[in-house]
Amino acid sequence: MKAILSSAVVALSLAAPSMASAETLRLLTWGSYAPDNLVKMFEEKYPDIKVEVTFSNNEEMIAKLRATGGAGFDLAQPSHDRIYAAQLEYDIYKPLDLSKIDTSNMEAKLLDGVKANTTIDGELYAVPHQWGTSGLMADKSMAPDLAGWGDLCDPKYKGKTSMRLKRTILLGTAFAMGEDPFAAYSDLDKYQGILDKVADKLISCKDNIKAYWKGGDDLSAMMLSGEIVASETWDSTAYKLYAENENIVFVPPSTGALAWIDTFAFPRKGKADDAAYKWINFVLETENVKLMSASTGAMAAVKGAKDLLPDDKKAAVNAAFTDDDVENLQFFANIPPGVEDMEGKTLEKIKAATGG
Amino acid sequence: MSRPVAKDARNLALILLFMPFALWILLLIVLPHIGMFVLSLKEKVAPRVYEYGFDNYINFAQEPIYWNTLLRTGTVSLLVTFLALLIGFPVAYYIAKIAGKRTKGALFLLCLIPLWVSDLIRAFGWILLLRETGVISSALQASGIINTPIEMLYNDATVVMGLVYTVVLFMIVPLVSTLDGMNDEMIEAGYNLGGNGFTVLRRIIIPYAMPGIVAGCIVVFMLSAGSYLTPILLGGKNSSWFTEQIYDQFISRYNWESGAAFGFVLLLFTSIVVWLGLKLSGQTLSSTVAKS
Amino acid sequence: MNTSNTVSDLACSQISKCFGSVQAVDSVSFDIPPGSFFSILGPSGCGKTTLMRMIAGFESPDNGDIHIKGSSVLRIPPNRRNVKMVFQHLALFPMMNVYDNIAYGLRCNGSSRSDINKKVHEVLERIALPDVANREIHQLSGGQKQRIAIARCMVLDPDVLLLDEPLGALDLKLREAMKIELKLLQHQFNTTFVYITHDQSEALVMSDHVAVMNEGRFEQIGTPQNLYHHPKSAFVAGFVGDSNQWSGKVIERTSESITVACGAGFDAQSFATDMTSAGIGDHASVYVRPEHIQVELANTDPTVRVNTVNSIVGHIDSLLFNGANSRVLVRDQLGELIEADITLTGSHDDPKPGDAVTLSWAPARSLCF
Repeated sequence: MKAILSSAVVALSLAAPSMASAETLRLLTWGSYAPDNLVKMFEEKYPDIKVEVTFSNNEEMIAKLRATGGAGFDLAQPSHDRIYAAQLEYDIYKPLDLSKIDTSNMEAKLLDGVKANTTIDGELYAVPHQWGTSGLMADKSMAPDLAGWGDLCDPKYKGKTSMRLKRTILLGTAFAMGEDPFAAYSDLDKYQGILDKVADKLISCKDNIKAYWKGGDDLSAMMLSGEIVASETWDSTAYKLYAENENIVFVPPSTGALAWIDTFAFPRKGKADDAAYKWINFVLETENVKLMSASTGAMAAVKGAKDLLPDDKKAAVNAAFTDDDVENLQFFANIPPGVEDMEGKTLEKIKAATGG
Repeated sequence: MSRPVAKDARNLALILLFMPFALWILLLIVLPHIGMFVLSLKEKVAPRVYEYGFDNYINFAQEPIYWNTLLRTGTVSLLVTFLALLIGFPVAYYIAKIAGKRTKGALFLLCLIPLWVSDLIRAFGWILLLRETGVISSALQASGIINTPIEMLYNDATVVMGLVYTVVLFMIVPLVSTLDGMNDEMIEAGYNLGGNGFTVLRRIIIPYAMPGIVAGCIVVFMLSAGSYLTPILLGGKNSSWFTEQIYDQFISRYNWESGAAFGFVLLLFTSIVVWLGLKLSGQTLSSTVAKS
Repeated sequence: MNTSNTVSDLACSQISKCFGSVQAVDSVSFDIPPGSFFSILGPSGCGKTTLMRMIAGFESPDNGDIHIKGSSVLRIPPNRRNVKMVFQHLALFPMMNVYDNIAYGLRCNGSSRSDINKKVHEVLERIALPDVANREIHQLSGGQKQRIAIARCMVLDPDVLLLDEPLGALDLKLREAMKIELKLLQHQFNTTFVYITHDQSEALVMSDHVAVMNEGRFEQIGTPQNLYHHPKSAFVAGFVGDSNQWSGKVIERTSESITVACGAGFDAQSFATDMTSAGIGDHASVYVRPEHIQVELANTDPTVRVNTVNSIVGHIDSLLFNGANSRVLVRDQLGELIEADITLTGSHDDPKPGDAVTLSWAPARSLCF
């Protein structure tokens, strides 16, 4: 017994100094949002902070934090529309102190948007980091006329289009049918009506689809091989493909590309808040924004972000967006409780329907 | 005086010996299941407000999409099991009864090799082979057998094939071990007493291998019904799989309660199928899975 | 042993079989008359199992022919030969009960349900196990299994029944009982049994005829008595029954006898037989069975000795008491042990270990090869 005790003491005393001397910043973020070179630079600047990165996506981030009640991570990066409901429902974040963040360089429009979306009871829960859009992608040599969400169901592309069976395509199709789904969020009965119409449309469209893509990799493979000529897509994926084949461009739909902002938010039981603020300010520095955007392929929420993109990405964005398109952006609105369930059921219905 | 002490010591040793196993069962199997079951009985009535009840199960029963998907998953898994048996039996018979001692080991190893790479990589392998611009389609075009590319991916047949490929080993292993235990005399006696090849197979080899067949089928059916990556990656527009629905409930819809209920429905469903299978084949769990 | 007016149940002519470079069976020929019990006796690896598997059809001979009831069966697959086999480990089907085991063959040949029922119960009566039809195989005793295995074959009314050392797995007591039972069953069914064994006592007790097999060849075929008393080769003499063996050089040969100097301090005289052509100076082996050796205490009056030639002196090393079959081990002057049968009466003048004895036998009782 004595031996066990003393060895435990030795173990503790060995562990203690290392715990005291280095703080660990545990990041829960998207793949490519914490490139190795930036992490290394950050650790050089703050030698007593060690960065641990966990890659995830919106849904898994919430699931992970929900499982622990907001513990296990010090900084998370959910999209702006996924914070409000998740916080109300599961209480997984804590308010942040905007005065500790250098917002002078931030694109005011984006900051205000995020503020509007993520303020609960007067407390702010998130600030913007990267933003991008979901829209369409087309091989211009094969599908030069593709312009709106509905064109994916055009019979002249039969068997040559793809989409991801997630909420983006539901919203896009709703816009294409002349509805405003975000406005209907306040009236869920009306929203259900829209979803039913969208479901009918997408079920009848099923025959036109080659396959539903599940991730950037299979989408890229189908597009590059020419197996499909048009698809719903993330803009970053389209930009990557543009670098390989200049005919493949991002097409902002005529009803407006759907814009998302990935934010910084503090998990409720995070322990290294100071280090987290340091990281936020660090990646907002102009030089570092360049490195970050090179990795993510998305634009940072800072002024003049497009100019901070690497050249090939800048070319891809210029090929895709006109100023009108930028004006036309539809920012994802906060998802009220219950909508995920309604959308989920609709998606299941579409998946289960056998052809159209 | 000394006897009780020795007995106590022995009991203590026994308890200590079983402790890791008991803890493992308790902490990693029993407790999570209890937790999941409790979770499945919760209903969300408002944000952060829950009530206990059977609503999640009732929802499942009332929504045809859910139980259709479950039935589909079950049917396809049964098909996979049947095909795995059809393919695995001759292979196992060859390994156990025909191959020489050294070939036997090599063949077994060959069967194991696919397990050295992850599910994901295996699925991507199939994708590379079967896609419209993939290896097989291109080869067929190059050889002039077809003139337009054909798509062999994204349909139920691909899912069945991918699953059979993944699970067939789990059919072969128990079959080899039961067939290995079968004395060759038994087969020769079958012929000697007047049976032809088919009679010997039907009346002697298959009944003898029944414990292995049932064990293999149970494992394969469970693996197949519980698989996620293969049906998702190889499946087409209409190929829904029940595990995908559980994942969606948990992750996309934040509905852990209903996801947990779905999990239990799947557990119950596969258990019933296995129970039916055991009843119909006249076997018991202890004579099959526990034995091999 | 073969009468010209009956067709033999089983006849093999010149059959041979090689496995790679090993000659497993080397031009073996024999004829078995109907209704007899024929044993093939040989050490393990002598080719007897291969021979039997060729008869059953599991192997095909490289050369030669096999006839059953007069017609060649070489082109007939094993399941259509009317030769049934009782396997070494019996090979009863554990997943079937006794009834189904016996009915299996009848079902294979397409008998009607009522016919099967009748025949199965008949054969169970004949093997004196009328009540076991519904038992599972694992509920039977060793002897019962044995009988079911035989019944399973006999219900098909085979021309020949092959038995591949089926008693090997039984314990001694049961084995003794089964020897007798097998013989009785064979009489009862009056079917030709071909019995393979390496145990000479099994072969001798049960058989009408025994073939002794060694290294793929038949050394000798004959009745058990014939083999025992008139072995035609050194191998048969050594393998069938117990023998004391000496080897040495022929020092004298007359028309009636042969004398071998055994180097063990004595010369062994045997009556000449036509089996050895050894001349003077050639090597030869002398075999004497223990029961033919006379044991006399050294202090017995020399004038009452039974044998005047072939005598050895030695000391009793140990007594092997086995009732009527008791034996004595005698160490001769060179330290070799010699076995001899004696009768122990239990009285105080029985020989004891350490006693000096004289061993002797009649020239007619020793064999020289």
